[in-house]
Amino acid sequence: MISAHLPVLQVVIPLIAAPLSVFCRRESMAYYLTLAVSLAALAVSVALLRQVLDQGTLSYALGSWAAPWGIEYRVDAANAIVLLIISGMSTVALPYTRVSIAREIEAHSHVLFYTCYLLCFTGLLGMVITGDAFNAFVFLEISSLSTYVLVALGARQDRRALTAAYTYLIMGTIGATFFVIGVGMLYMMTGTLNMADLAQRIPPIGANRTLVVAFAFIVTGIGLKLALFPMHLWLPNAYAFAPSAVTVFLAATATKAAVYLLLRFLFTVFGTDFHIFGPALTYLLMPLALLAMFAASTVAIFQVDIKRMLAYSSVAQLGYMVLGISLGTLTGLTAAIIHIFNHAVMKGALFMALGAVVYRFGGASIDHMRGLGRLMPWTMAAFVIGGLSLIGVPLTVGFISKWYLIAGSLESGLWPLAVLVVASSLLAVIYIWRVVEAAYLDEPAAGATAGEAPAGLLIPTWIMIGANIYFGIDAGLTTEVAEQAARVLLGGAK
Amino acid sequence: MTGADFLGLFNYWIVIVLMMLGLYTVVSRGNLVKKIVGLNIFQVSVFLLYISIGKVRGGTAPILTGDPNEVYSNPLPHVLILTAIVVGVATTALGLALVVRIKNAYDSIEEDEIQAADDEMEFGAPADGKDAYGKEKAP
Repeated sequence: MISAHLPVLQVVIPLIAAPLSVFCRRESMAYYLTLAVSLAALAVSVALLRQVLDQGTLSYALGSWAAPWGIEYRVDAANAIVLLIISGMSTVALPYTRVSIAREIEAHSHVLFYTCYLLCFTGLLGMVITGDAFNAFVFLEISSLSTYVLVALGARQDRRALTAAYTYLIMGTIGATFFVIGVGMLYMMTGTLNMADLAQRIPPIGANRTLVVAFAFIVTGIGLKLALFPMHLWLPNAYAFAPSAVTVFLAATATKAAVYLLLRFLFTVFGTDFHIFGPALTYLLMPLALLAMFAASTVAIFQVDIKRMLAYSSVAQLGYMVLGISLGTLTGLTAAIIHIFNHAVMKGALFMALGAVVYRFGGASIDHMRGLGRLMPWTMAAFVIGGLSLIGVPLTVGFISKWYLIAGSLESGLWPLAVLVVASSLLAVIYIWRVVEAAYLDEPAAGATAGEAPAGLLIPTWIMIGANIYFGIDAGLTTEVAEQAARVLLGGAK
Repeated sequence: MTGADFLGLFNYWIVIVLMMLGLYTVVSRGNLVKKIVGLNIFQVSVFLLYISIGKVRGGTAPILTGDPNEVYSNPLPHVLILTAIVVGVATTALGLALVVRIKNAYDSIEEDEIQAADDEMEFGAPADGKDAYGKEKAP
C-alpha cells in the first residue's frame, strides 16, 4: 500500500517535518527529527530506484487528478539516481553537520538551521521528482530561498556571508524568473504544463519563434542556477562564506538538481528533434562548458582561501557535466550523469575535510593548511584522496567520469575535446598540489597546536572517501544506472 | 505594424518595458533596496505576461455562474500567478531581511561602499589614506 505512494512520500515527509521542527525546543530534538526524515527519504529513494529498475518509468498522479490536468510525479532512471544522491548525501552529511555547526552558528539558531535544511531538502527532492514544469519552478524556489538563508547563517564567522547570500538571492531570482517566463511561453504555445504532454505537443508546432525564445529563457534560467559559466558569479562567494556543513550539502546536491532539470528540459520536453536542439548543444553549451573547464580551473589556482578554490573547481566540474550533455550521444549523457554522482561524492568529501580544518583553526586559507600533514594526518589524507579523485587518477571515482567523457568525445569524432579534458585535469593537478605541498612540505605556523578533527567529523569524511574509492574500483552499479538513465532521456518521454 | 496591432498587443509591449526596466534597475542601481525593487518590477512583468495570455475574447471571470453558454477566461494562469506572487513576496521579504542584517554589519546599504569595505578587509587599507573610491576617509 505504501509502495504505491512512494513518489509523493519522498517529498511529503521532509515537507511536513520542516514546520514541525520549528516547535522543537532543543537542538537535539531538531537534529534527530532531521536525521529520521533524511533516513526515511533515503529509504524511499532506494525503494524508488529498485522499482524503476524493475518496472520502468513510474507515474503518480497527485490527489488522483490524472495528468495532464493534474500534477504528475514521474520517476524514471534519470530521476531516481539524482534522488538517491540527494538523500544519500544528506544522510551521510547530517552527523557531520551537527558537530560542525556547533562551532560556526550561534546556539539559538540551530533549530531554525534544521528547519531551513529540511525545506532545502524538500525543494531539491521535489524539483527532481516532479513531472510538471511549473511545479519544478515552485520547488526550485523553495530550495533556493532556504539556501539563501543557509548561506547567510555563516555571518557569524565572516560578515561577507550576508553579501554573498544577497548576491545569490538577486541572481537566483532572476534565473528562476527567466525559467518561469520560458514555461509561460511553452504554456502559451501548447496549453499544457505537464512535461510528458509538452513533449508530445511541441514537435507538431515545428519551427516557431515563441518556442525558440522559450528554449532560450529556460536554458538561461536553469544555467544561472547551475552556475554555468559565465553565470557562475554567485557560486564562489556563496560556497566560501557559508557554514562548512552548508557548503558540503550545497556542493553535493543543489547544482546537481539543476543539471538534472536541464537534462529533463533539453531531452524530454524539447527532445532531440527540436529544430535548434543540435545547434544549441554544439554552439552554445559546448563552448561554455569548455570555457568553464579552463577559466574556472585557472582562477582556482590563484585563490588564497581553499574553500573558494574548491568552489571554482566545482564550476569547472560542472563544465565537465555540461560538456557531456553537449555531446548529445549515449556515452556523453552517461558521462554527464555519472559525473553528477561522482562529483557529489568527491566534492562532498573535499569540503568535509576542509570543514574539519575550519573546525580546528577557524579558517581554511592556504596559511592554515601549512604543516597540516603532521597536525591533522587523517584529514589531510582524506583531502589528498579527494584531490586525486578530482584530478581523475585511476582507482578513484573521478577517473570513471573522465574515461566516459573522453570515450564520448572520441566516439563523436571530436578528439580535440579529449585533449582539452586531459589538459584541464592537469590544471586541477596544479591547484591540488599547492595544498598538498603546503600541508606536507611546509612547517606549521608558529603556535598552531590544534590536533586532529573529532571523530564526528572524520567518520563521515572517510565514509565519503570510501565511496570515492569503492565506486572508482567497482563502477558497475553507477555506470549501469547512468546508462539506463541516458537511454531513457534519449528515447524521449515514455 | 498598424496602430490596431500595436493596441491589440499593448499588454505585451508593457510586459517588455517593465521587464527591461526591472532588469536595468537591478543592474544599475547600487542601493541594495533599489535592487530588490527592480527585481519586483521584473517579476510583475512576468505576472502580466501570464494573465494576458489567459484572457479569452468575450470571456468573463472564471467563476461558475450556472449559465451553460457562458464563456470563461482561462483560470489556470491566474492560479499560476498567485503562486508566483507568493514566491515573489517571500523573496522580497528575505531580501529585505538580508539588507537589514547587512546594514547592521556594514553600516551601509550602498553596494560600492560595502565592496570597498570588503576589499579593505581582504587586501588592507589603501596606502594614500583615501578609501578605495579616492575620497578622503572620515577621521
